[in-house]
Amino acid sequence: MKLRIDQQIISDWIPDGARVLDLGCGNGALLNHLQQRGVTGYGLEIDNSRFAECIEAGVNVIQSDLDEGLSQFADQSFDYVILSQTLQAIKRPDFLLREIARVGKKGIIGFPNFGYWQCRVQLALGGRMPVSKTLPNAWYETPNIHLCTIQDFERLCADHRLTVLNHSIVNHEHKDSLGIRLLPNLFGQTAVYLVQQHTAS
Amino acid sequence: MPDSIPADSVGLVSPTTYHIDTPLQLDCGRTLSSYDLIVETYGELNADKSNAVLICHALSGDHHAAGYHSMDERKPGWWDTAIGPGKAIDTNRFFVVCLNNLGGCKGSTGPMTINPDTGKAYGPDFPIVTVEDWVRSQAALADKLGIAQWAAVVGGSLGGMQALQWAISLPHRLRHTIIIAAAPKLSAQNIAFNEVARTAIKSDPDFHDGHYMAHNTLPKQGLGLARMLGHITYLSDEAMGEKFGRELRSGAIQYGYDVEFQIESYLRYQSTSFVGRFDANTYLLMTKALDYFDPAKKFNDDLNQTMAQIEAKSLVVSFTSDWRFSPMRSREIVNAMLAAGKSVTYAEVEAHQGHDAFLMPIPRYLEIFASYMNQVAGEIKA
Repeated sequence: MKLRIDQQIISDWIPDGARVLDLGCGNGALLNHLQQRGVTGYGLEIDNSRFAECIEAGVNVIQSDLDEGLSQFADQSFDYVILSQTLQAIKRPDFLLREIARVGKKGIIGFPNFGYWQCRVQLALGGRMPVSKTLPNAWYETPNIHLCTIQDFERLCADHRLTVLNHSIVNHEHKDSLGIRLLPNLFGQTAVYLVQQHTAS
Repeated sequence: MPDSIPADSVGLVSPTTYHIDTPLQLDCGRTLSSYDLIVETYGELNADKSNAVLICHALSGDHHAAGYHSMDERKPGWWDTAIGPGKAIDTNRFFVVCLNNLGGCKGSTGPMTINPDTGKAYGPDFPIVTVEDWVRSQAALADKLGIAQWAAVVGGSLGGMQALQWAISLPHRLRHTIIIAAAPKLSAQNIAFNEVARTAIKSDPDFHDGHYMAHNTLPKQGLGLARMLGHITYLSDEAMGEKFGRELRSGAIQYGYDVEFQIESYLRYQSTSFVGRFDANTYLLMTKALDYFDPAKKFNDDLNQTMAQIEAKSLVVSFTSDWRFSPMRSREIVNAMLAAGKSVTYAEVEAHQGHDAFLMPIPRYLEIFASYMNQVAGEIKA
């Protein structure tokens, strides 16, 4: 199973043998990849159309609706809780972010950057809601109801007292570039953040 | 009746009766010194006896899960949609075992069996058996067949409860448990429906406190009524609406109390056909086994601690329109398994057929089921 670029980044951040929860696990590719390194855990997914693939990949998948939170899981019961390319489709991203910080010792969140220059150009000059390879749907039919920019996301983390331990911002073609390093919110297409609940000590 | 046996059928099958003479101590305190279990098997047991799958039946089920008893049989076994060559439970890879549970009326020891102490049929004096008793008797059958560990124990509804009980009671004797359309225990509403069914049977003047056989009669009305009620709870409003709607048999309202709507006709048909093939005392016993099922009771009513006993990997499946054992009930099982850190996969299949969906050829359900069984087969190299 092939990993997307954000999944490759996430995989690099997760140590062997970790216990993880993958929210919106799709066909189970990331967990399947991680399990080969002794990582254990579950994938949660609302759509069971690719459950057969998950099962064949040896991934424990649980059908569940992330909008209802993670109440079935105890506090700090996973080393990492992953939410990749799903944040923007959640009804209350702030609520889910709090749930991620509660259930996971660390959280990894990957999302498409709506501040990417092409989005800005389409809106500013074309006067239309942006449509791209990462965000291919028209505004009226998109499941992506809560798009944000890198700046927006960092603000949300700060508001929730989440410390950013690491982040990676990439562009689909080049992975990394000088432009991205200088102006990530303008040139980054996909952002991945590693966060942890800020402790008072 | 099949003109020819379909290629994906296990074909013509016949049952075998196993006599078990290891005494079985029952939860109610009584002991059965020996008993018979009628069994059907499909496929071949492999050399290391690792490919056996146990199928547990629901309330009115029996050992005839797949294939045909003869070319005259109108319908194949009750779970033919899932069991056969190339099907979800692939008989080319698995050795499938299905029995009529103890207390049944299709050939295993039960209320219709002659009580050796009296020389007469047990009738209502047959001890009430529990899901745990069934698991013990099924384990005795496994011993008899030389099966130390099932590749999987599989069941829907009351059968799913047995599959769950297996994983809790005898954790080392199964690799996988597949629990479909079940619940960790019955709700007050579930018990209430069972009590109405029992009252229907017991209040039939032909019931004679369960000794109807001695009176050469049958509580047809009562058992039929119980079945009608059961059928309503197995279907969803949507499924019933789709199948029958408000359709009238004669096309016009008759202003009378005879059967007018198609649904009435259907329920009466279900009722009469059931009365001819099922024993009322067994029906009472099965509903009690359902009511008593509560595996967490032994673990301080703590379901998480109960699930902590499990060694097997689990697949749990529910159906969106099932209101008898709704997805919420399956999620109770799953959440407790998650809390206990167990290996579990859970699917909530979109289906309009209600509780009966577990017996239906629903593509997404069978796809998930087949993928899971394929993994099971891979593990044991079947």
